[in-house]
Amino acid sequence: MLTLYDAPMTEPTLSPARRLDAVDSRHSWRMLKDRMARYGVALGGSSVIIAIVLIFFYLLYVVFPLFVPASSEAVADYPLPGEGRTLYLGMEEHAGMAVRYTDAGRAIYFDTTSGATLGEVTLAGLGESRISSVARGAQGSQQLVLGLSDGRAVVVRHRFAISYPNDVRTVTPTLLYPYGETPLEVADSGVALTRLAMSEGDDLLLLAATDAAGRLHVVKFHKESSLLDDEVTLQREGLVLEGEGVAAEFLLLEPSQRHLYLAGASGQLLHYDVSDDEAHLLERVRLTPKGQGLRSLELLVGGYSLLAGSDKGEVSQWFPVRDEHNNYQLTRIRDFHSQQQGIASIATEERRKGFLAADASGRVGIYHTTAHRTIMVEQVASSPITQLSNAPRSNAFLAEDAQGRLHFWRVHNEHPEISWSSLWGKVHYEGYEKPNHTWQSSSASNDFEPKFSLTPLAFGTLKAAFYAMLIAVPLAILGAIYTAYFMAPRMRQLVKPTIEIMEALPTVILGFLAGLWLAPVLENHLPAIFVLLLLMPLAVLLTGFAFHRLPRELRARIPEGWEAALLVPVVMGVTWLCFTLSLPLENLLFGGDMRSWLSNEMGIDYDQRNSLVVGIAMGFAVIPTIFSIAEDAIFSVPKHLTFGSLALGATPWQTMVRVVILTASPGIFSAVMIGMGRAVGETMIVLMATGNTPVMDFSIFQGMRTLSANIAVEMPESEVASTHYRILFLAALVLFLFTFVFNTLAEIVRQRLRRKYSSL
Amino acid sequence: MKELRAWFRSGSPWIWMNAGAVTASIVMVAALIILIAVRGLGHFWAKPVFEADYIEADGSITLLIGEIHDSEMVPAERLREAGETVAAGVDTLRRYLVKTGNRDTGGLDFRWALESRIKAKRYPETLMVLERYEWGNFYGYLRSVSEDGTLVAEGEAAWETLQQRLERNRALHAQIRQIEKNAIGSVNYRLERLRLAERRLELDRVTPGSRAYLDLAEARATLQREYEGLQQSLGELQQQVARDSIGAEVMDGRVVEIPLAKVVRAYRPNAMGAVGKVGFYMGKLWEFVSDDPREANTEGGIFPAIFGTVLMVILMSIFVTPFGVVAAVYLREYAKQGPLTRTIRIAVNNLAGVPSIVYGVFGLGFFVYFLGGNIDQLFFPESLPAPTFGTPGLLWASLTLAILTVPVVIVATEEGLSRIPRAIREGSMALGATKAETLWRTVLPMASPAMMTGLILAVARAAGEVAPLMLVGVVKMAPSLALDGNYPFLHLDQKFMHLGFHIFDVGFQSPNVEAARPLVYATALLLVLVIVLLNLAAIAIRNHLREKYRALEH
Repeated sequence: MLTLYDAPMTEPTLSPARRLDAVDSRHSWRMLKDRMARYGVALGGSSVIIAIVLIFFYLLYVVFPLFVPASSEAVADYPLPGEGRTLYLGMEEHAGMAVRYTDAGRAIYFDTTSGATLGEVTLAGLGESRISSVARGAQGSQQLVLGLSDGRAVVVRHRFAISYPNDVRTVTPTLLYPYGETPLEVADSGVALTRLAMSEGDDLLLLAATDAAGRLHVVKFHKESSLLDDEVTLQREGLVLEGEGVAAEFLLLEPSQRHLYLAGASGQLLHYDVSDDEAHLLERVRLTPKGQGLRSLELLVGGYSLLAGSDKGEVSQWFPVRDEHNNYQLTRIRDFHSQQQGIASIATEERRKGFLAADASGRVGIYHTTAHRTIMVEQVASSPITQLSNAPRSNAFLAEDAQGRLHFWRVHNEHPEISWSSLWGKVHYEGYEKPNHTWQSSSASNDFEPKFSLTPLAFGTLKAAFYAMLIAVPLAILGAIYTAYFMAPRMRQLVKPTIEIMEALPTVILGFLAGLWLAPVLENHLPAIFVLLLLMPLAVLLTGFAFHRLPRELRARIPEGWEAALLVPVVMGVTWLCFTLSLPLENLLFGGDMRSWLSNEMGIDYDQRNSLVVGIAMGFAVIPTIFSIAEDAIFSVPKHLTFGSLALGATPWQTMVRVVILTASPGIFSAVMIGMGRAVGETMIVLMATGNTPVMDFSIFQGMRTLSANIAVEMPESEVASTHYRILFLAALVLFLFTFVFNTLAEIVRQRLRRKYSSL
Repeated sequence: MKELRAWFRSGSPWIWMNAGAVTASIVMVAALIILIAVRGLGHFWAKPVFEADYIEADGSITLLIGEIHDSEMVPAERLREAGETVAAGVDTLRRYLVKTGNRDTGGLDFRWALESRIKAKRYPETLMVLERYEWGNFYGYLRSVSEDGTLVAEGEAAWETLQQRLERNRALHAQIRQIEKNAIGSVNYRLERLRLAERRLELDRVTPGSRAYLDLAEARATLQREYEGLQQSLGELQQQVARDSIGAEVMDGRVVEIPLAKVVRAYRPNAMGAVGKVGFYMGKLWEFVSDDPREANTEGGIFPAIFGTVLMVILMSIFVTPFGVVAAVYLREYAKQGPLTRTIRIAVNNLAGVPSIVYGVFGLGFFVYFLGGNIDQLFFPESLPAPTFGTPGLLWASLTLAILTVPVVIVATEEGLSRIPRAIREGSMALGATKAETLWRTVLPMASPAMMTGLILAVARAAGEVAPLMLVGVVKMAPSLALDGNYPFLHLDQKFMHLGFHIFDVGFQSPNVEAARPLVYATALLLVLVIVLLNLAAIAIRNHLREKYRALEH
């Protein structure tokens, strides 16, 4: 005050107006600061909130492409490059170039978008003979085998050799002959090979062919590489079978070199086993319904499944399924009915269990087998399609129509594996005996069928949460009732921080103890747990009654509300007793080993790390959450309600049950909800205390795999933006939404309750 | 009977049951902490090593040397099923898990031994335990000490000689480590930076052979020379270390030669007095908190894990405190209090209940792959395709945990702000202070203990969280610390070790779980201690605060 007043005295040159200015400018500077703080805080605060909201949207953003429908667009159509009838169409990795084999023995390389010919190569070593049949090698091998009119066959591989001399992209069309330019002898010379199939292994090249006389030739070439150089010599071993009355229209060999499929136009299929020196006819199957013919037959990637296209536009998937006599029988697994005209050509995907089917009306359908999904059907040409080729990355296809034009289409189909049935329903996977729920995402090769059923994971999550709640809810709620209502305040001051510490214990420690300490202890003292469940309440009641019978003077020494402290030795003693009794009990009742008794007498398998262990450990983690909220709800029930009840003559327990719990029940409910949310999302405990096998079994002695543990295990290895990656994000999103919704509900209930209390 | 019925009608049995629930919970917490403490602290105690005659299942007698690691009662039936012969009439038997060590000579370092078959158990004072850099512990008798293959000491004198030579080796090992970790590590680091600089020049299309390239080549040559010099001195040191060896007799009577270079320490637990044991205990405890892990993390210390945890938590606090406080101030002081703010408040509150693994997934997808990938494209093209920030690391881990814990800080700060009486704000405004000044000068200082509480709780949560970290940055073994003497000193892109993950990894993914278990208990104890202390501090601050405001209100 004084200095302010004195200031003008010491500076007489300062006019009053300027003084005011100074005050003013200081004032406006302060106002400016105030405004800046306001905007700064608002900006900072809202950006933090936005960042939090971002979590949800980012998860959604990653998951979203799973549910985007596939799309495709026509890029170009042009007349066939080069002369001759097409035998086979193949594309390179990026679908920028393709190759067309013609019946004249030429391979024509061309640009897929313009149709311009990039180069031509003539097959060597054909001599006088013509090409009479063609078959492709394994998926992705870019190999073909060409059957000749003289009973021989030649294996060819096309390569798209790209080089950049002077920064100009140049394609050198190349044909390679992995088994030499000289054709291999398949049938007796002079007989044309009408149908052909090839399967290539590390030390065996297997060829099968039918000739014009209706005979079936199975020829094995054993590869023998000499030690001195890399030269491979082939050792031929042939086998001729008479036809079985089926005019071969389709001939297929699968990659394991065991099964040979021969099918006729009527839909009759002969299934041979050619793994031995002889060929055995295993079974005859009819692939098409009565009245329908077979128009195309292909092997799905991996070679386990057959895809049969009928002349009515139906595609069905078949694979061998083991029956109860341990015999494998080709079984119809699923059908696709999205096309109406005869399926002229089926092109399977190279890296996924999907395929393309082209029909006689010029339409192409894209399908996925595991998901049992028709992804799209497009009108590609106006005339029947004769040839169809799918790009290795399944992002484009090439179709040739009957009028000799090629149609090049781009396809955006990133996640065909996803459908409601593949995520949640029972699916009949390749190699399984019946449809079931399976999660098995890891894939060593493209041949593996990924199994993305979330059902066992969701089941495991709920199972773990259920057993945890089974242990936590009674302990936490009963404990909360006592602590909030009956416990002496002094003791309450000790108990509440202890429970808070319990809540703060890192779950990794609980998981570690559960997995490495509790699991073996339980395994060795299994009877103890069940005896404990029985004895503990009994012992507590007995103690209570004994205390009640004590002389009044003794009882008065212990103030009310210290019952819990009295019970400490009882609880410890009973636990100790149960564990010491465990072994004798096991000897007495279960012949010394309850585990083997369980599996032998009851047929219950026992995992060391099972639901019981998880239930106890996770129950331990959830107890404090439920306890704190429930205790809070009970404790804040307005006192005049309880006083009123007590004044009317109700006992404390009656007041508790009829007044307090009733009033606080929404709060207790929300406590259970929040506890449930925590149990569902808990990761480390289930990761460490279970075997993490995705089984669908509710047994308390079996483990489980939960959504969260699954994410923790598989996320680091998952390829970014793959279907697997997005499904793991979907699992995270499901967890997020689940807990968020549960917690919000609980929070709203709690707020309502608080308002009710304040109005009471 | 009548009394019992009356007692039941009074409802007090149910009160007792409720009390039982509380007791059970409290006993569980106490038992858990005691269990961890006993097992964790017991690990460092020099346990007596016994020698006994053991009657094998086939009746032959072998010498058994080792320390008792664990014991349990087994039903005789289970043993009979396993093919053991157990006398009839015996129901249960005690068996010991004996740590016999000597993995290099015996194959296994643990075996079960039935108590009934252990005869003539004795504790010879000369029985020696060696802790080694590889192959785990060694148990046996010292016979001789040699230098370059010639005998130096034998019999009882050998022990003294051994201790002296171990002391010498310890100094040499320290030197070797200094060169290996610091000097050579630093040279390698600088060489790598030179390689990146050169790659950068190539990317910028600087003509080869220009000045910049020459400079780099020169620098590289200097470093190469330095490296060779270091290699040479390292070689000399290693030769010196390899000088001595000892001969020791093992359980089956063989005398094996052990190079002293492989021995960490040698002691005779049976000959130690109480003072010696306490000293030994302290030494081991110090080693545990200050040393690097050995033998796939199953031996030695956990210093890198402690360091990684602390560094990560500090970084996280730097991120979380300002943002959490600003958000809370905004929500409580500036935002218009309406349904929207209420919704946001509930949402923020509930985020604390979202599973931590979800944050990990978000961190991996958004921070590591999206942000990190783009940062690499923009700023570190020279090291591509090897990612710099596009891979899990310290920065992303602390950011992820900051997002995970920001609700905790917001909620605590808001609670603190809401407890400050209106009168104080109004008083300040009435004196002419602007809102910002009121906040800065009176409200925030008063709410600072609440912020502190929030931060402590956040730190406690972050220190114990493992699931998200598994996705965004922890590794089982980090080659170097994220903070070192190489420019830029703090390596935010590095992966780090973490106490919680250490527990998971050593306990569940270690090849020799049995040997590693005590160390895991010790690590768990350390983590529990840190977290319990942090929480107690938070509780104390909160209680103190409540008292303070209660005083203000009246």
